[in-house]
Amino acid sequence: MTAETHKKLGLETLRAAISRLEGHSDRRRTVLPFGVREIDGRLPGGGLALGALHEVAGGGNDALHSAAAGQFCAGIAARTRGKVLWIVTRQDVFAPSLKQVGLSARRTIFVEASSDVDVLACFEEGLRHGGLGAVVAEVARLSMTASRRLQLAAETSGSLGIAIRRWQRQTDAADFGQPTASVTRWRVSVLPSVPLPVPGVGRPRWLLELIRARAGECADFEVEACDGKGRLSLPAALADGSDQEAAGQRRASA
Amino acid sequence: MLSVDLAARKLGLRPGIPVAKAQALYPDLVLLDADPDGDRLGLEKLALWFQHRIAPIVAVDAPDGLVLDTTGADHLHGGELPMLKDMVHRMAGTAFRAKAVVADTWGAAHAIARYSRAPIAVVPSGGTASALADLPVEALRLPSTIIEGLATLGVSRIGQLAAMPRAPLALRFGPDVARRLDQAFGRIGEAIVPVRPVDPVEVSRNFAEPIGAAETIARYIGKLVPLLCQGLDERGQGVRRLDLLVHRVDSHTEAIRVATAMPVRDVKRLTRLLCEKIETIDPGFGIERMVLIASLAEPMDRRQTVSSLIAEEEADVSDLIDTLANRVGTQALYRFAPVESDLPERSFCRVPALAPEETKDWPEHWPRPTRLLARPEPVQAMAELPDQPPLFFIWRGVRRKVKCADGPERVFGEWWKNDAELTIARDYFRVEDTSGERFWLYRAGDGEHGETGSQGWFLHGIFG
Repeated sequence: MTAETHKKLGLETLRAAISRLEGHSDRRRTVLPFGVREIDGRLPGGGLALGALHEVAGGGNDALHSAAAGQFCAGIAARTRGKVLWIVTRQDVFAPSLKQVGLSARRTIFVEASSDVDVLACFEEGLRHGGLGAVVAEVARLSMTASRRLQLAAETSGSLGIAIRRWQRQTDAADFGQPTASVTRWRVSVLPSVPLPVPGVGRPRWLLELIRARAGECADFEVEACDGKGRLSLPAALADGSDQEAAGQRRASA
Repeated sequence: MLSVDLAARKLGLRPGIPVAKAQALYPDLVLLDADPDGDRLGLEKLALWFQHRIAPIVAVDAPDGLVLDTTGADHLHGGELPMLKDMVHRMAGTAFRAKAVVADTWGAAHAIARYSRAPIAVVPSGGTASALADLPVEALRLPSTIIEGLATLGVSRIGQLAAMPRAPLALRFGPDVARRLDQAFGRIGEAIVPVRPVDPVEVSRNFAEPIGAAETIARYIGKLVPLLCQGLDERGQGVRRLDLLVHRVDSHTEAIRVATAMPVRDVKRLTRLLCEKIETIDPGFGIERMVLIASLAEPMDRRQTVSSLIAEEEADVSDLIDTLANRVGTQALYRFAPVESDLPERSFCRVPALAPEETKDWPEHWPRPTRLLARPEPVQAMAELPDQPPLFFIWRGVRRKVKCADGPERVFGEWWKNDAELTIARDYFRVEDTSGERFWLYRAGDGEHGETGSQGWFLHGIFG
């Protein structure tokens, strides 16, 4: 046995010991990759962790509408298997738009809860069940205690939980700075689309900010919005050319 | 005459008029013999229907009414007022004119339903006394001899009667007056003995000592459910609706109702559904009897599953649907299904979460916004006519300059639904402002002809 493999084995046992301490020993963590090397490389495990709670909020005015944030989450949910539970307090999701990012209306079950408390209760129930592809909930307030409950529920069942943080007033959006137990935290802001040579609106672009990632680093990405199968992509100008190579080297050396 | 219909009432006939007199006034009057037994049977049938639809505790309030204990059942129908509207509407659909009232007590609801004008009323909790004060004493369910006696005393309203000293009243009319008053005002309880569905699967348990603690109730639910499932298994049925009736020592009955989306015979799942509702039971001084009734059961066949070699099995979520439906109500749990309409607000409908999957889908010619505003919001906009996108628009006080736009997508009114929509048109534009936010705007009208709309601009959705 070479020194290299020895070292690797040592690391593995250490990781196993840590995850045993964290209390989720037997369940193997799986991930849902974005399919974009840039983003997956920044996330521990190479993708969005399944069996975990993730938070998404819109940036700017989107904190109130959650149009981009909603589309982003629908894109993620579209790439899972099984039914998707979408919990809201005020219903304004336009179902044909979900279809356009690949999330079929046949798969999406909506729950219209009367209060934030009910939303959290249904969210936890959905995560605990384990048979769903993803559970998406639109909530305004998410306390540490509540998010820890949700995270535990997601861990025990292996379901993917996404909390869309959506507020009634712009001033409430400061709440997004409060700590929660979620594994990653994203902010999606709309960017101007690429000008087309003809009149018309180009493919939508987002600024995707990974504000927090457990066991990972923060990062910003400029991406093109979800396509018909819910996949993000990097704008062509970045995906090719020297920037990409440089990024690859940086990662390789890190 | 015992009862008259609306047409006869318009002619001036009232119950209580001798038949001979009525016939003298209107010789061609149609008279039907009274059939109290038939009425009673009909009411019982109706009570079963209400039990099926609304709440587990329903009893016949002879001769012409039903009484329901809707505690804990109203939210499943969208609240007390929508529930009453639904009941009256459904009765109207079968040619019955009904009045419906929710009140704190049976007595109060009985009185207000029969002697107040409004067809639907919800008496606020604690407002019983003021609601009853002006009603006639006949509303108290007292025998006619007592009513006549009270009339000779000059007492005609419940308010008057309630203010009188009790002792002389009891001496003169017996204990009935005080009892009925107390029942109406909620000072003493009145048990509603529910009608029972025909031959249900039913298990019960009596307790030597009254029980009250939530854990104890849970334990006995855990003992009753397996017996019930055994009974269902023998008949090859699964439960769609399950009622747990809890008889308290003070002869009051409380009920929990759980419903499932598909027939279920799973002990664990039913136990869990029931146990989640325990906190809604008020055990009072203790519970002496628990009855578990499968009030709605349907045939349940064992199904052959597809081999995992052919198709990967999709997880069954019907148990989750049941749990959530019992928490938020069935109508708050749905899927969207396509409807063939070009108007965005009519292009979808809500179907039950476990409804069979539809084959249609929305067309994908144009991008659609993630969020659709419930009501299009008027915006101020400046645009070149007839078919150019706006140059700028003001929405919620913010002025946005339009950088680029797609459109117009013209949508016409659905004249086959509504005559007024014959000439209506809308031009939809997808616009992007200078900060990159994307909106769905439309102009009401085609920009040329006044009859197609007001030519004003509206914001209908927000793109991601």
